Amino acid sequence: MKISNKQKIKMLEEMLKIRIFEERIQELYVQGQIRGSMHLSTGQEAIPVGCCMNLEPEDYVISSHRGHGHILAKGGEYKYMLAELYGKTTGYCKGKGGSMHIACSDIGVLGANGIVGGGICIAAGIGFASKYLKNNKVTIAFFGEGATNTGAFHEGVNFAAVRNSNVVFVIENNQYAISVPRELSDKLMDLSIRAQSYGIPGVTVDGNDILKVYGEVNKAVKRARNGKGPSLVEFKTYRRHGHHAGEPNDGLLYRSKKEMEGWKKKDPIKRLQKELLDKKIIDKKTITMINEKLNIDFENAIKFAEESPLPEKEALFEDVYIKENLK
Amino acid sequence: MREITFREALNESLRYNLKNDNKVFCWGEDIGVLGGAFGVTAGLYKEFGPERIIDVPISEIAIVGAGIGASMGGLKPVIEIMYIDFTPGCMDMIINQMAKIHYMFGGQVNVPLVLRVVSGAMGYNAAQHSQSFYSFFVHTPGLIVVLPTTPYDAKGLLNTSIRSQNPIIFIENKRTVNIRGEVPEEYYTIPFGKADVKREGSDVTIVATQALVYDALNIADKVQKENISVEVIDPMTVKPLDKETIIESVKKTGRLIIADEGWIYCGLASEISAIVAEEAIDYLDAPIIRVAAPDTPCAFSLPLEDAYIPGEEEIRSALKKVI
Repeated sequence: MKISNKQKIKMLEEMLKIRIFEERIQELYVQGQIRGSMHLSTGQEAIPVGCCMNLEPEDYVISSHRGHGHILAKGGEYKYMLAELYGKTTGYCKGKGGSMHIACSDIGVLGANGIVGGGICIAAGIGFASKYLKNNKVTIAFFGEGATNTGAFHEGVNFAAVRNSNVVFVIENNQYAISVPRELSDKLMDLSIRAQSYGIPGVTVDGNDILKVYGEVNKAVKRARNGKGPSLVEFKTYRRHGHHAGEPNDGLLYRSKKEMEGWKKKDPIKRLQKELLDKKIIDKKTITMINEKLNIDFENAIKFAEESPLPEKEALFEDVYIKENLK
Repeated sequence: MREITFREALNESLRYNLKNDNKVFCWGEDIGVLGGAFGVTAGLYKEFGPERIIDVPISEIAIVGAGIGASMGGLKPVIEIMYIDFTPGCMDMIINQMAKIHYMFGGQVNVPLVLRVVSGAMGYNAAQHSQSFYSFFVHTPGLIVVLPTTPYDAKGLLNTSIRSQNPIIFIENKRTVNIRGEVPEEYYTIPFGKADVKREGSDVTIVATQALVYDALNIADKVQKENISVEVIDPMTVKPLDKETIIESVKKTGRLIIADEGWIYCGLASEISAIVAEEAIDYLDAPIIRVAAPDTPCAFSLPLEDAYIPGEEEIRSALKKVI
């Protein structure tokens, strides 16, 4: 599939947007500036960017507990994301969700999810609604390989298949379910083979090659948009950090330095950067400028988050129910 | 006024809403050609077709989860889990998703989903098809829990539930599904959080739900001859609960019995008991008595099922204790 140089530069910018966000979050976390469970997606940036570049603004994304990248790739802004992580009223969810429950309905992000596999059935239903309403919208559901062993995965993918929902199910196979490696979770080489159980297309792709990610999801999104039903796409990648920001030893308790270094060499950003530099699509100076701009944006976001108010205690009682008069 | 059954009243509400709003659809196990395990959706498949009256795989997680998603995607799902006993398998969807999405996303996303389930013991269905554990849902912030009793209540409360933007757990009861009652032909709603005084009285308040409302009314008739005047209050929605009506009644009668088919420990009866103890203990002339299912599973054999289901006999002995 033909991908323009402009699109490739955009891919690099979007991946860097996620990388800088995640790495700065790790710093802030270690410094004690932010708290709570935060799951970083460093090293996995090609997947959300390659996927979301195939979506229209009105399309939907259902995210996982490791969701910062999905939200940023769908158009999320540093400042509202960071304000949410600071627990401030200016955050996307008014400080009620935090990292594991960020949503922004304006850009079609209908929610991250703190329960592994929790979003799969929901995505099947959103895709059903799009099919029912004939609005041609597509939903991408992101989840990790760990989620494919839940009952919700089986039920949700099968349900979507039976109802021909407008969904693309994306497995971000980062090799570890917290500390548990693949070989203790399933006996499969490729998880996409599970698509056969549901009678839908399934494919496994190198998740650190953004051009391949983009191309493969392009087909799946077209299929969903044309009402032909869901697909299952597995992307093989690697979780660079520990399970969560600030994890002691940052993942080294259950995996080797050698393994981690090996995956670092397959870094999706370095890979695209090299290609763009080699083909003279971009120069080093421009890359530096992109990085600088993102860092300035992040500094501004910190300022915005720090200056924003914390919620009043009364806010605990708001939004439990929608107030309505049903006489 | 014409009389129809509880089941027919629900069917009428569904038919009206399906006719008047294309975004309303139903899915559940065997709700299509079969018309549902209790006949609530009878005839709807023929009238509205398989695109809107949808038979689904035996996948409770997906039934509720995709129902949540469909409601987030702009539809008005009125979905069915055949027995309340099957909801533990999809509790994550109900407790962690359905109840919390609006809240944890800071009010950005609504889940206007109606989940219908059937509860109660009847007909020798034993431990896994006889339960009434809706207090699990009442315990959970974010859900509205509706317990209609009469056919009139059923139609009005289902109409309200379908109109609401909040997530609703709509509990039907096996013992009342074929009971007849007066139901207007026209559309009407019944507000949430408003109890119905099913019978006025001055000596004892019985707060009862669903089948136990009928049991309480029967007992009230019988003890009238003994000059005992019983007030029967039906909360109808247990979340939100109309505390005021209950407390006002207790202030008048000074005696309270709560009759509910949930298990006695940590059940609805316990909660109402605690509320009254906290807010109106000075008005009580006798201990509060809970009439509820015992702390056992429901058993199959006839005498054991009888012993499990709370009813007139248990209410009668509770009355003896408080008078």
